[in-house]
Amino acid sequence: MMMKRTVLALTFAVAVAALALPATAEEQVAPPRLKWSFAGPFGKYDPAQLQRGFKIYREVCSLCHSIQMLAFRNLAEPGGPGFSEAQAAAVAAEAKIQDLDDKGAPIERPGRLADYFPSPFPNELAAKAVHGVAPPDMSTLAKARTYSRGFPWFIFDAFTQYQEQGPDYIAAYLQGFKDAPKGFELPANGHYNEYFPGHNTAMPPPLQAGQVTFDDGAPQTVDQYSRDISAFLMWVAEPHLVQRKRIGFQAMIFLIVLAGLMYFTKKKVWHEVEKPPEAARGQDPKKTTI
Amino acid sequence: MSGHSTYQPQNKFLQWFEKRLPIGGLIHSSFIAYPTPRNLNYLWTFGGILAFMLGVQIVTGIVLAMHYTPHVDLAFRSIESIMRDVNFGWLLRYLHAYGASMFFLAVYIHMFRGIYYGSYKEPREVLWILGVIIYLLMMATGFMGYVLVWGQMSFWAATVITNLFSAIPGVGETLVTWLWGGFAVGNPTLNRFYSLHYLLPFVIAGVVVLHIWALHVAGQNNPTGIEAKSDKDTVPFTPYATVKDGFFLACFCIVYAWFVFYIPGYLLNGDNFIPANPAVTPAEIVPEWYYLPFYAILRSIPDKLMGVIALFSAILVLAFIPWLDTSRVRSARYRPLFKQFFWLWVIACVGLGWLGSKQPEGIYVILSRVFTVYYFAFFLIIMPLLGIFEKTKPLPNSISESVLGAKA
Repeated sequence: MMMKRTVLALTFAVAVAALALPATAEEQVAPPRLKWSFAGPFGKYDPAQLQRGFKIYREVCSLCHSIQMLAFRNLAEPGGPGFSEAQAAAVAAEAKIQDLDDKGAPIERPGRLADYFPSPFPNELAAKAVHGVAPPDMSTLAKARTYSRGFPWFIFDAFTQYQEQGPDYIAAYLQGFKDAPKGFELPANGHYNEYFPGHNTAMPPPLQAGQVTFDDGAPQTVDQYSRDISAFLMWVAEPHLVQRKRIGFQAMIFLIVLAGLMYFTKKKVWHEVEKPPEAARGQDPKKTTI
Repeated sequence: MSGHSTYQPQNKFLQWFEKRLPIGGLIHSSFIAYPTPRNLNYLWTFGGILAFMLGVQIVTGIVLAMHYTPHVDLAFRSIESIMRDVNFGWLLRYLHAYGASMFFLAVYIHMFRGIYYGSYKEPREVLWILGVIIYLLMMATGFMGYVLVWGQMSFWAATVITNLFSAIPGVGETLVTWLWGGFAVGNPTLNRFYSLHYLLPFVIAGVVVLHIWALHVAGQNNPTGIEAKSDKDTVPFTPYATVKDGFFLACFCIVYAWFVFYIPGYLLNGDNFIPANPAVTPAEIVPEWYYLPFYAILRSIPDKLMGVIALFSAILVLAFIPWLDTSRVRSARYRPLFKQFFWLWVIACVGLGWLGSKQPEGIYVILSRVFTVYYFAFFLIIMPLLGIFEKTKPLPNSISESVLGAKA
């Protein structure tokens, strides 16, 4: 009994410590949770949103950020922004790709579907020379920029399938630029951001209302821009999410039916064993019933 | 597997073959006629689950290796191309990444079960030690596989873990240079980790064969911890154990699939989606969850060498528990005190796991030390003493009596 109480007390102490401490250990401000069309077991990307996000990327982000792992062909692939192949080819044709001609001389040619999005800078050093720090490549950014949910939330997240920390963070970050509070020492070329870990970010606020025009009637606000670009970056980081969740549902149905059948088979097989041995010794399954 | 096989094939060809290579009899006596205690609970299905997970890891791993490039400039990109351009590459990669986590989850349950029911005791000492060897190999394999991704966390985990060996006095620095194949973690390191990551699973498979062999010599332990005495105490492996293992494996796969298809970002560290950069250290270097308890033990000790010794001792001490535990009763079911110390130890393990994910500062360090001390005290002090002082509950006469009551 004493022991049990010690165990309980210890568990309690650990739980209290776990609840009380993370706030002090991690100074990152938790971004607000947003609604995403691709959240949950049946989530799908909203093609209109991805197209808007792509427009923001082309007109704003791509001036400094690369997406090296995105190919033009990806724009027309299922589960993405839903461009037609012709549209994707047209986007590609507008890009200038560095290549070699048949004689090995460097040339610049229009892009093709198979090409990857060219980077705004020839290399990392060139980007660094302009910006002080090289703007990160955006291919996996929505999976890299997450934040720790801490105990006990991370346990609930496994059940509620909360997987959108990345886009939540990026959307919050893009709207999180503020004047530094009094006493906060912001280095030269730094910008204060509420959600950035440590609050000092190198990027100046990139989005202003009305900066990018939408022709589908979506509001042209920083809030809308932030959501759209975050959704787009999520697709860039996880292009097969829709397929994954669709196959996941099929796999779940299969496994649950399989487990159910196995359960009843097991029950039937073990039925004789779980009775007294005299009956079990008889081992005549026909005479036993479930 | 005791005595001669009773396998009598009807088919003429099989009879001919059996006379020349009695593999049919081996399979029959190992996986069909093999007697298993009738009172095994679902914790005993994890052996089969582990064999399945090893198979999944080897199969997905071989296909992934066909698409992976072990070079510092290409590794990260090749994994992203698996995720994007290889048909169902995302599925293979997530199955493999979460396969490791599920493998460790299953092995931890398997080990906790072994300790709770005293499965390491005579005559199963060798079986247990083979298990500890498999666990060590798994840890090495898992670590090297994590490095192959060549993201930020891969690179820095490789740096931190290989640097542990520099604590060895005298030869430390030389040893680390030798491990790296250079003066820092680099391309030679990645290449050898890839080679070893491909090799070790087959070594594991070999030790698993020995593990199963040793198991089939001693027979399975069971929740009562008393040996099977007659036919009444056992049931044949097929269909009883096969169907039970199969059912629980299906349940286990539901959890596995949940992670793979719905929450694949859950255990993956965000920093590992940034390509490795030796010039930038991540804010926090955290290992995968299954190494966290040992990481906490390492960091709870201020001296580096002592920390490394504690880290390895925490694993190696497991190999000695067949002799550290002096109790003559196997199962915690009949050991009221041991049961409570055991659950405290489980709390210490989970607590260390949680502390391993925290920065080593303030109360976290104190708690890590408390749990580390208890972790070792459980094996080195409590186990030897309990066997002498503990008053155990009366054991049933047989397995069937414990299942069916005294009238059987």
